[in-house]
Amino acid sequence: MQLQTQTRPKLISVTVIEDRIDAATAIQFKEKMREVTRNGPDRVVLDLARVQFLDSSGLGAIVAVKKLLGPDRVLELAGLTPTVEKVFRLTRMDSIFTIHASLEIAVSHAASA
Amino acid sequence: MQPARESDKGAEGLHLVLQASPLAVRDSLLQMLAAPPLSDLSPDARGTAEVVLAEVLNNIAEHAYPAGPGPVAVALTPVAAGTHCLVIDQGAAMPGDRLPEGRLPIADSGLEDLPEGGFGWHLIHSLTRDLAYVRAGGCNRLSFLLPRTG
Repeated sequence: MQLQTQTRPKLISVTVIEDRIDAATAIQFKEKMREVTRNGPDRVVLDLARVQFLDSSGLGAIVAVKKLLGPDRVLELAGLTPTVEKVFRLTRMDSIFTIHASLEIAVSHAASA
Repeated sequence: MQPARESDKGAEGLHLVLQASPLAVRDSLLQMLAAPPLSDLSPDARGTAEVVLAEVLNNIAEHAYPAGPGPVAVALTPVAAGTHCLVIDQGAAMPGDRLPEGRLPIADSGLEDLPEGGFGWHLIHSLTRDLAYVRAGGCNRLSFLLPRTG
């Protein structure tokens, strides 16, 4: 599970360099996310633009990361591909995250804030 | 109790046996998606098929064979309305010999109470038709239709 992180003023972005987050990698994803977000800005943007497939284990891991960050930090999502978007929508987990069309748009939101 | 119907023996059908574990499930999914009948579907319908089959097979790996990988047979048959799927394993029966309802976990509570699981059967129910489960002869037989559009 490869994650690419970039710390900017006021936000840290994490890009998943894998085409799937599934039952075989969900726990590893959660642990890596815990490591890379341990310190840093309160706002975390998870870039899923390269992820073509997410199952319920992967979805559960993303929700778990939101919980790990705690109430004072925020996890936002960017770049959902069609199947990933469908899994979020059908489980209504799209309602608990701010979702941006792309990482660039998420970053520009920060700049204007 | 009626056994689930045998899948039609279509020439383009795909039959596959795997040992259910998360990595074997992933390999099998990639294999199934790359061959007919699933490779003939639209990208959207292929995505749906991958989600449903991933949930079904990972449930078997996790709950039917909790002690370690066991055999699962998958038959995919193209029919007019979409793809008929039959999945058979020899593991533990579903609780109460019934299909789980797939009720969506409640997500409107506080951060600490957000659900991290319980999504799988909801996805399966949402994305399939004619979902049926039979426990017979020490086997679980799950059958469903993946609609052509969806």
